[in-house]
Amino acid sequence: MIRCKADFLRADCEATEMTTDPTDPTTAIAAFRFGFGLPLPKGAPVTPATMIGHLVAPDPMDAVYPRLRLTEVAEATRTAHEAQAAARKDRSKEAAEKAAIDVVLTLAATGFRRQLARSLDSPDGLRERLVRFWTDHFTVVTRNKPNAAIVASFVDDAIRPHVTASFAQMLTAATLHPAMLTYLDQVVSVGPNSRFGKRQGKGLNENLARELLELHTLGVGGGYGQGDVRELAELLTGLRVDPGEGVVFDDRRAEPGAETVLGLRYGGKGMDPIKAVLADLALRPETARHVTGKLVTHFLTDAARPELVDALSEVWMRTWGDLAAVTGAMLDLPAFWSTQAQKARNPVEFLVASLRALGVSGADVMAATEKDFRQLIMAPLIAMGQPARGAAGPDGWPEALTDWITPQGMAARINWAISAPKRLGKTMPDPVALVPEVLGPRASERLIWAVARAESRSDGVALILAAPEFNRR
Amino acid sequence: MPDLHLTRRGLIKGLGLSACSAAAHPWLTSVTLAGSDGRAPLGDHRLVVIILRGAMDGLDLVQPLDDPAFATLRPTLGAGTGSHELTGGFGLNAAAGDLMPLWSAGELAFVHATSTPYRDQRSHFTGQDLLEAGGGTAAGDGLPRDGWLNRMLGVVPGLTAEIAYAIGTEALPLLQGDAPARSWAPDQDMQLSAQARLLLEHVHHDDPVFAAAVAEALVLTEAGMTGDTRSAKRDKVFADVDALVDFAADRMLAQTRIVAFSQAGWDTHRGQAQAIGRPLSRLSRTILRLAEKLGPQVWGKTTVLAMTEFGRTVRENGTGGTDHGTGGVMVAAGGAVKGGQVLGAWPGLRDGDLYDGRDLLPTSDVRAWAALAMRDLYGLDRAVLEKTVFPGLDLDWTGAKIGGLIR
Repeated sequence: MIRCKADFLRADCEATEMTTDPTDPTTAIAAFRFGFGLPLPKGAPVTPATMIGHLVAPDPMDAVYPRLRLTEVAEATRTAHEAQAAARKDRSKEAAEKAAIDVVLTLAATGFRRQLARSLDSPDGLRERLVRFWTDHFTVVTRNKPNAAIVASFVDDAIRPHVTASFAQMLTAATLHPAMLTYLDQVVSVGPNSRFGKRQGKGLNENLARELLELHTLGVGGGYGQGDVRELAELLTGLRVDPGEGVVFDDRRAEPGAETVLGLRYGGKGMDPIKAVLADLALRPETARHVTGKLVTHFLTDAARPELVDALSEVWMRTWGDLAAVTGAMLDLPAFWSTQAQKARNPVEFLVASLRALGVSGADVMAATEKDFRQLIMAPLIAMGQPARGAAGPDGWPEALTDWITPQGMAARINWAISAPKRLGKTMPDPVALVPEVLGPRASERLIWAVARAESRSDGVALILAAPEFNRR
Repeated sequence: MPDLHLTRRGLIKGLGLSACSAAAHPWLTSVTLAGSDGRAPLGDHRLVVIILRGAMDGLDLVQPLDDPAFATLRPTLGAGTGSHELTGGFGLNAAAGDLMPLWSAGELAFVHATSTPYRDQRSHFTGQDLLEAGGGTAAGDGLPRDGWLNRMLGVVPGLTAEIAYAIGTEALPLLQGDAPARSWAPDQDMQLSAQARLLLEHVHHDDPVFAAAVAEALVLTEAGMTGDTRSAKRDKVFADVDALVDFAADRMLAQTRIVAFSQAGWDTHRGQAQAIGRPLSRLSRTILRLAEKLGPQVWGKTTVLAMTEFGRTVRENGTGGTDHGTGGVMVAAGGAVKGGQVLGAWPGLRDGDLYDGRDLLPTSDVRAWAALAMRDLYGLDRAVLEKTVFPGLDLDWTGAKIGGLIR
């Protein structure tokens, strides 16, 4: 097996066509731990070298399910905000407001469906899993309907293009995206001594500054204090979202003077000092440990594995936070190829894996009626504990197996496994044949025994989807 | 209001307290033992703990209107927003005004300027971990792995899982641990044929986590605990709150004595005057509907404690909101509560009074209030409260002063 070195040259890691053998334990690990399970889409890589090769090559899904760019949603977003403001003044304009908001919601729903479709279809499952991992790391949510499509565009604009970039690039793109600036209140934060602040009596809002240090970079206990939060909040003032131009720097709102964050002084005007502090934060050893620790937790185990975090942070520091190198190093660590499945698929992963097991394609998901989509995807996600509207807070979804495999969570999964497959418009597969196809070497004797004794095809399929080996990864 | 101007040193050293009487039983005082008959080891008292996620602004819920600094610190929040008069110069936020009849009936109290021992980092998530674990002062190793409410159950012999429920689809560390407790969401159903059920049990047999979760789900769905969401009359805005409360009330009218769940939406960094309205009306609705569904007799034996990870900055921030702070408010409601009072020593709002120059100084440990409530409801002994339920809690420095909130 050819492997990329931790500090690989990208040319060494080009994709080669592989034949995949579902009975091979390594194939199953690649599929479960780093993708959405078996059966793998045609052409899916299953070795570290080929997986990284696919990842650094162009995204095959770009042409099939195009990214929903900020530029595409900006116009509809602006229109919806204007219509909302107009309707507040004049109730006769409420119908126009509803129509404008519907356009935005349709765009947002399209973005969400495309994300599901890519996860179902892409041979590059690792990319899809990484997109979801980083999207969760930089959680953004909105309750404001006119902003719904902006949040959808955040994934495609700030996260998806940067899964093999440097962490500084992703951090900058995520922080300076309108969705983040709005979600964590940066858009209303004003330097108290700025022209605007003095005139309007407005001032700071610490929300983004704090979560940037605590969640996105250093981590709680990462050596920052209240003073750093305050200084960073001052440094971030001036950032504003303009409905027409996107994110702009407004000097009239910026706190005058230089700020000191973690002992480093940031002076000057405009975006430059903000980009500088983000670049510095991305390369702090605390950031490396915090973020690689999350990678280990997400992909491998809820248990502490400091030696793996050490190894990955070492690569992070040596490669200046090159996410392709860090991901490659993860794939190169033998611990990540352990056959022990210690994690639970979260509800989204469970649904994608189930739909794929039942032969549902991305095209099917795109073509589903709104009602079917709601009943088969959206409502079940709520019942399973991971609603599509997003996590409750900026810390994202929980990771622990016991957070998902609860009585109510399993009841929702089992319910879906019993009722949904009949409604997908697909021929119900022979469950006995389905077991090796979707579980490969992971199928237990108990499951094989039970599936053969199910009263109906549909009960047999439900047993597979409800089995521990299908829900663990 | 009493303007005590306590120093932290004074708080720690000054409040001596004679210990609760030593009990013959290692865990429970003789009072509870005499009152328990084996079938109902916790007696009649119901305890509901609500975790308010996102840091509720106690100064906005219970406004210190008589404190001269308040209007200056909070130009758009508080003074002039039309609050309801409580006692001691405090006013209740208008958005929680539905609770006033409960206050007048003596079934609602507030504890002001209270917090967990968590200081300085002001992280929601570590703060909530500490609040639910009930011990430790920072993230990491010192934190108990289970929740304090679960450890409380663990010291009472003879409890069945039905005694305690964590409700909702989200994880609730507060009730996680070795002691048996149920975890369920209202409106969850599971239709399995007898054969499918047997096969499912067979498939899950060797995986304890899955086996336990599914066994529990089977017990609950077969007991018909799936709620009756379609027929029940519910306000659309509060549909989820109502479903949760109805489910909780059904359980509490039967064997359940302990219920816990969480409510989010308190992180009001901007436009707080409007933003806090929604979570406050949801909390009010929760309490009032629970009282209604339980009926006077059981509500008379009920204590609801709503607590949050920390309070918010004393000063309004630059965007009409508040940032993460320290001291906050705990809400106590129920027929078992000595209501009609704002409890807790008031630290004042002058510059020198504030914690770290920005936050309300906590004058009591929120865990002490919960501990004393459990002592008074269930007869738990001081040693078990300080060592097992809330490791590191010192009832000496806070206990004498606060005295408890149960009738």
